[in-house]
Amino acid sequence: MKKHFSTKTVFFNLLSILAQTRFAVLKNTKTLYASLLVTALVSSAASQAVAQMAKDQIVNVSPAEPIIKVPSNFKTTIVADGLGKARHLTVTDGGDVYVRLAKPVDGGGTVFLRDTDGDGKMDQQKSFGDFGGTGVALDKEYLYTSSNSEVFRYKLNANQEVVNADKPERIIKGLTDKGTHATKSLVLDKNGNIYVGIGAPSNACQVKDRTKGSPGMMPCAMLDSVGGIWQFKTTKPDQILKDGVHYATGIRNMVGMDWNGQTNSLFIMQHGRDQLNTLFPDMYTDQQSAILPAEAMYELKKGADAGWPYIYYDQNQKKKVVMPEYGGDGKKEGSSKYIDPAAAYPGHMAPNGLLFYTGTQFPEKYRNGAFIAFHGSWNRAPAPQAGYFVVFQPFKNGKASGDWEVFANNFAGMDTVMSPGSAMHRPCGLAQGPDGSLYVADDVKGTVYKISYAK
Amino acid sequence: MRRIVICSWVAALVGGIFSLPAFAQTKKTSPAAAKINPTEMAMAAGKLVYEQNCLVCHQVDGGGVPHLNPPLTQTDYVLGEKARIIGVVLNGLDVHEPIDDEVYSNVMPAHDFLTDQQIADVLTFVRSSFGNKATAVSVGEVAAERGKKK
Repeated sequence: MKKHFSTKTVFFNLLSILAQTRFAVLKNTKTLYASLLVTALVSSAASQAVAQMAKDQIVNVSPAEPIIKVPSNFKTTIVADGLGKARHLTVTDGGDVYVRLAKPVDGGGTVFLRDTDGDGKMDQQKSFGDFGGTGVALDKEYLYTSSNSEVFRYKLNANQEVVNADKPERIIKGLTDKGTHATKSLVLDKNGNIYVGIGAPSNACQVKDRTKGSPGMMPCAMLDSVGGIWQFKTTKPDQILKDGVHYATGIRNMVGMDWNGQTNSLFIMQHGRDQLNTLFPDMYTDQQSAILPAEAMYELKKGADAGWPYIYYDQNQKKKVVMPEYGGDGKKEGSSKYIDPAAAYPGHMAPNGLLFYTGTQFPEKYRNGAFIAFHGSWNRAPAPQAGYFVVFQPFKNGKASGDWEVFANNFAGMDTVMSPGSAMHRPCGLAQGPDGSLYVADDVKGTVYKISYAK
Repeated sequence: MRRIVICSWVAALVGGIFSLPAFAQTKKTSPAAAKINPTEMAMAAGKLVYEQNCLVCHQVDGGGVPHLNPPLTQTDYVLGEKARIIGVVLNGLDVHEPIDDEVYSNVMPAHDFLTDQQIADVLTFVRSSFGNKATAVSVGEVAAERGKKK
């Protein structure tokens, strides 16, 4: 592993708006140089006029930062931004934040954030680890991070600071990374185990992926090494797939995962299959394909099979339906040997973050319920996209109870997203701070939001 | 030729004054009205092929999906050498190598079930839509690439 440790301090008070986009900063620099040059050459009155023009231009080129809509008495602040493609994050007992980046920035794939002066902005930023990735998990003694094929742990001191940033211990290696569904989310239980989500590099296990007319493979042989959850030991170095316990199977791809302390079990959010309409235009309309299948939340006990690629869950018919690649017609019911979801949401919204809320800051109804960060759809086109928000799912006695509601919205900065590339921000990771605040990471511009409650 | 032109002038004039159906019919046969614009035809047909086969991944604005499906705008893949983009449509792409410095994780399935005409039309459409300005793709060019495949 290449040695890397860089420090940078950002003065948010001065630059919080201008730093929203690199684009704006670049333009800003250009106009700044132009106005400096003019100042040196002409009278001060003229230069003031030019400076004013430059200022006006800056205001014009900076797109307005979207105001995140939250329920009354909640407030959202931006604690850091411009980090890169911020995926999952975790918060220490002291309120410091570790953020994973999909792609390293200046050689650092994990960013450490600290508010040194207590003004609510993370003014200290250090990055380390030269590998990108999504997964991050934290306990008292170690920070765990994943690339798309390996898992590392870093020793922490009493303040949960990484002690030896350039010498992590590799605990898992050689996991499948075929580009598609390759991120590896991490969850810890209370017994020294780490759970790794290994997505299947496939949409529906067809012989030829996403190809019209190509049949589903029978059986779907790849399920022996992907499309499930594997449980490993946190303490053992260099484990490979067969050292792990094949904990659960039949899951196409999972990014949002969390351990529910109340039920003492693993919950995951599946990314449901795409393209029912493009692959089976005679069976599904554009409108049906936009909302089917459900994005399903599963509670996974050891040995669970969620049924991909043989079935999907239809949230309107409220049943498991046989996949069209495996003889389904959109109605035929799937086998009961596959588990039912704990909760189901409209299709394609891409649940990338899951967090069971255990804090006491938010009102009672949020306690032990689930927050879900929906990264936002693409497969709904030509229909408008959906998601790009954080949802709250109420829970009662460890079961989803009652309708889900949109908790935080307008990350995209527009009412209707038609094309995902136009979204200004997309929520991806969720974490809970020691004071019970909710943190949200955005992987478009690397903005970290903190949502707090105050009556 | 001249006779027809004069005829249509007269027809237009008379038709404009009297709006008689018989004269209007004569007008229809004028060379200007009968002329079919092949580029417009290809664009209209190509748009249809795009909506049915490409839009769901590459989106309504050709912008693709960040990290998943590459954009069709401002990329050498679309604007550059025609043989390469014809090949991508016919054979698909499953390399996960960077395209203009960005890696896209979904596979592009082979679209060899489309006819040469459909591929020519859709590529003509894509190469001059979404802000792109590149030349049309002909049926012959697609047939030549399909020939190489076999």
